[in-house]
Amino acid sequence: MERIPILRMGEFLLVTIQVDMHDQLALQLQDDLTASIARNRSRGVLIDISALEMVDSFIGRMLSDISSMGRILDCATVVVGMQPAVAITLVELGLSLPGVSTALNVERGMSLLRTVTAKDHER
Amino acid sequence: MSVEIAGEAPLRSEHDIVMARQLVRRMAQQLTFSLVDQTKIVTAASELARNALIYGGGGCMRWELQSQGGRNGLKLTFADEGPGIANLELAMSDGWTSGSGLGMGLSGARRLVNDFEIESRPGAGTRVSITRWK
Repeated sequence: MERIPILRMGEFLLVTIQVDMHDQLALQLQDDLTASIARNRSRGVLIDISALEMVDSFIGRMLSDISSMGRILDCATVVVGMQPAVAITLVELGLSLPGVSTALNVERGMSLLRTVTAKDHER
Repeated sequence: MSVEIAGEAPLRSEHDIVMARQLVRRMAQQLTFSLVDQTKIVTAASELARNALIYGGGGCMRWELQSQGGRNGLKLTFADEGPGIANLELAMSDGWTSGSGLGMGLSGARRLVNDFEIESRPGAGTRVSITRWK
């Protein structure tokens, strides 16, 4: 079965979505990611969507759900690389992805994850 | 109004939604839409194609390249033979859903295009037409 690969980098997981996802593939990613977070005790997930030319309400909901599920599993999620045209369209569609942390690119996303998890370590 | 090129694509599976998005992207590029306008009509098409599949039990997407008063546009019609929509006004409001969606499909798709028409009767299926002009 077709799957989106999840890479492990220490306490973080990295996902790069490079295909035009059909709905089942998006749901599969959600299942795989939550399972990976639990299995690896990951503290952060970075989802790179820079190759996505479109985010509709289904994919938007998947991103929101992954963030919420991650939060419940004590894992921070950052979505990075959204194309400007996609952001404009999403907001006009009526979705502002509440509760989803975003960063401009992978580098900034990683630094955001490190900051968030470092604060947790101090706690 | 003269119709220059037209065609039809099936909406019978999730894979067909992906194919419909890619078809609409190619049409919008052919009409030299801006990247934002391409993204808007592709996203609207994705929402309506999914509605036709999930709520309408499948159907088809008809596309037409149009020109009117010196400007070009892309018209897409999504038709299904599903149960239809009893209360169109309610179905068009933000956040309303009969299924597991976010309820942004119809109302959101309308915001992404220039022209929007919907026809539906209980038992007689649903037909949604959208046009984005360049």
